[in-house]
Amino acid sequence: MSTRTHPRVGPLAAGAPAPRPLDVDRLLDDPATQIIVCCGSGGVGKTTTSAALALRAAERGRKVVVLTIDPARRLAQSMGIEALDNTPRPVPGVQGEGSLDAMMLDMKSTFDEVVLSQATPEKAAQILENPFYVALSTSFAGTQEYMAMEKLGQLHASARESGRWDLIVVDTPPSRSALDFLDAPERLSSFLDGRFIRLLLTPARGPAKLMSAGFGLMTHALTKIVGASVLRDLQTFVAAFDTLFGGFRARATATYELLQAQGTAFLVIAAPEPDALREAAYFVERLSEERMPLAGLVVNRASSQPEGQLSAEAALAAAERLDPEADALTVGLLRLHADRRRIVAREGRLRAGFARSHPAVATAVVPALATDVHDLSGLRTVGGLLADTVD
Amino acid sequence: MSTTPTSDWPQVHLHVVTGKGGTGKSTVAASLALALASRGRNVLLCEVEGRQGIAQMFDVPPLPYEERRIATGLPASEGDRAGTVFALHIDAESALLEYLAMYYKLGRAGKALDRFGVIDFATTIAPGVRDVLLTGKVYEAAKPGRKGGTSSKAGAAYDAIVLDAPPTGRIAQFLNVNDELAGLAKVGPIKAQADTVMTLFRSERTAVHLVTVLEEMPVQETADGIAELRAAGLPVGGVVVNLVRRRDLDDEQLDLIRSDGVDREEVASTLGRAGVTTSPELVDALLLEAADHAERRALEDSQRELVAGLGVPTYELPRIASGVDLTGLYELAAELKRQGLA
Repeated sequence: MSTRTHPRVGPLAAGAPAPRPLDVDRLLDDPATQIIVCCGSGGVGKTTTSAALALRAAERGRKVVVLTIDPARRLAQSMGIEALDNTPRPVPGVQGEGSLDAMMLDMKSTFDEVVLSQATPEKAAQILENPFYVALSTSFAGTQEYMAMEKLGQLHASARESGRWDLIVVDTPPSRSALDFLDAPERLSSFLDGRFIRLLLTPARGPAKLMSAGFGLMTHALTKIVGASVLRDLQTFVAAFDTLFGGFRARATATYELLQAQGTAFLVIAAPEPDALREAAYFVERLSEERMPLAGLVVNRASSQPEGQLSAEAALAAAERLDPEADALTVGLLRLHADRRRIVAREGRLRAGFARSHPAVATAVVPALATDVHDLSGLRTVGGLLADTVD
Repeated sequence: MSTTPTSDWPQVHLHVVTGKGGTGKSTVAASLALALASRGRNVLLCEVEGRQGIAQMFDVPPLPYEERRIATGLPASEGDRAGTVFALHIDAESALLEYLAMYYKLGRAGKALDRFGVIDFATTIAPGVRDVLLTGKVYEAAKPGRKGGTSSKAGAAYDAIVLDAPPTGRIAQFLNVNDELAGLAKVGPIKAQADTVMTLFRSERTAVHLVTVLEEMPVQETADGIAELRAAGLPVGGVVVNLVRRRDLDDEQLDLIRSDGVDREEVASTLGRAGVTTSPELVDALLLEAADHAERRALEDSQRELVAGLGVPTYELPRIASGVDLTGLYELAAELKRQGLA
């Protein structure tokens, strides 16, 4: 239940449906909430939101671990996670009974660990050295997403075993599109399972009769384009990786199921900009298609509604009547006010548009902060704004 | 006497525009294309991230893998003949099939590749190949005396190309296709293609512009991006500072507001003179807004100093309160032209 007694930042355009407010504290306090995934397009403040939610949950008594992807340096410092060592570490300065651990994702070592845990030492060594593996583990678009999900699975398993955490908050990578990380595990496992890879393995496995004429044509074409050595490297890689395929697929499936599970809550993060809200809309639709549990939308960086009744037009008209030199200060104040009004109106229209097409999505609106967040008290403020307890 | 300012980048043919997410990189790329398309010059605006952002900005149907005329450029001055902006949406799959068809006459084999999932493989996972294909297509468009290819309706070469490129965090890697391939394809046509593309990217005919806003993280990323580009031997262009707050109040006035030293009664009486129904609450509200603004301006100023310290030419674009529509793009284009980016 919401304790809200005052309206959120900025009004929606007149007559637009008001979205259901997102009750952040209820979500954080509910012991059934085990995983919170923050997703959204780049530049909307996902990492800060994840960290602020994690801190708030911890200070309300939960045992939390937050997995961040690429935090701003000073934010990382304030949480004591400058070192990229893939290990959750306690965040100092958390108040109350709960606890907060934080970590930063190291994509490559996460991938390496998976390989090492799945293959014999000799095979693992062979894989880790292969140029295709090096490229796959460092620059394949989607590896970061996949590894974030892999790490989530690991954290979840370890939380179950040790009882060290009862809530995991996950930030998602700054993808081109917010949807990438949902697709990444599927893409990687379907690649590893794909027909092409199967075919590359065929010669190594024996009966040449399995090879079709089309395959010959294909290898011929590939050799022409990339050169024979590449194809050889690739074949070695695939042969070495072969034993891991089953494991990878199983892990991807498990992660996917974890995301669909009851204890998981997705928060879609956006900014009041057309692109970010469009991405958010795609994401909301996609989550419902995949039957993944959506908790709500967080709109960051909202401009706050100016007080008073003076409209943008009236303010500009008044500014026109004054002397730009002699009355410069008042003219400036009026113009500033008009500008603020217009920005707020525009953001209101954008949010109303979203609410109209997605009326069931609970929404929290967080006003833009004047400065960047780089310490726990800043995160605490953001957490308060998210839960709407700050005026 | 013409008052038309001259471009800071007259030798540049390929303008690559990058920026952190949320800084308005695509808006800046589109405005730059409009600004360059003056005096009858034809400009090609390319996007490579599959977002159809250009179509949305220019309010045209989703773009195919084909050059399309999308807008008339910004006239350089009164009576000047504006040029034309064309747009091209580049996707790796189409680029690969086109590449195969063009260089290998791979009619049947091309289809076989598709059937075996090779196209999918090559464009999603084979490291670097995707970027080579995307940049290769940009190169094709930028090549002087290029052939009419499958995609050129315009036929003629473009006077300038603007590439709406991947974000700052990935830009050096994206453009440095050579390095990406290095561990893998040491020989072969893909490698040769990468070499040719790199020659253009490293030349003075290319400039990589970085878009930022005056906030801590984007400015830091811009600095990192510049360092990475330089380390990769790629030509750094200008920094475009986007979404800059209005400057209706000068520094002195901001100081006065910060120190709460404004004469409220005078403001109230001035408002009254301007015909505003005034009240102490209204004055307080206006000053509160101004104080918030002053705080943000101070942050902007400190970040602006950092940007100035980057040692590259900078350009500033205002935040347009009502959002950037087509009219807004032309406004921003005029501003870029005035400041000399175009």
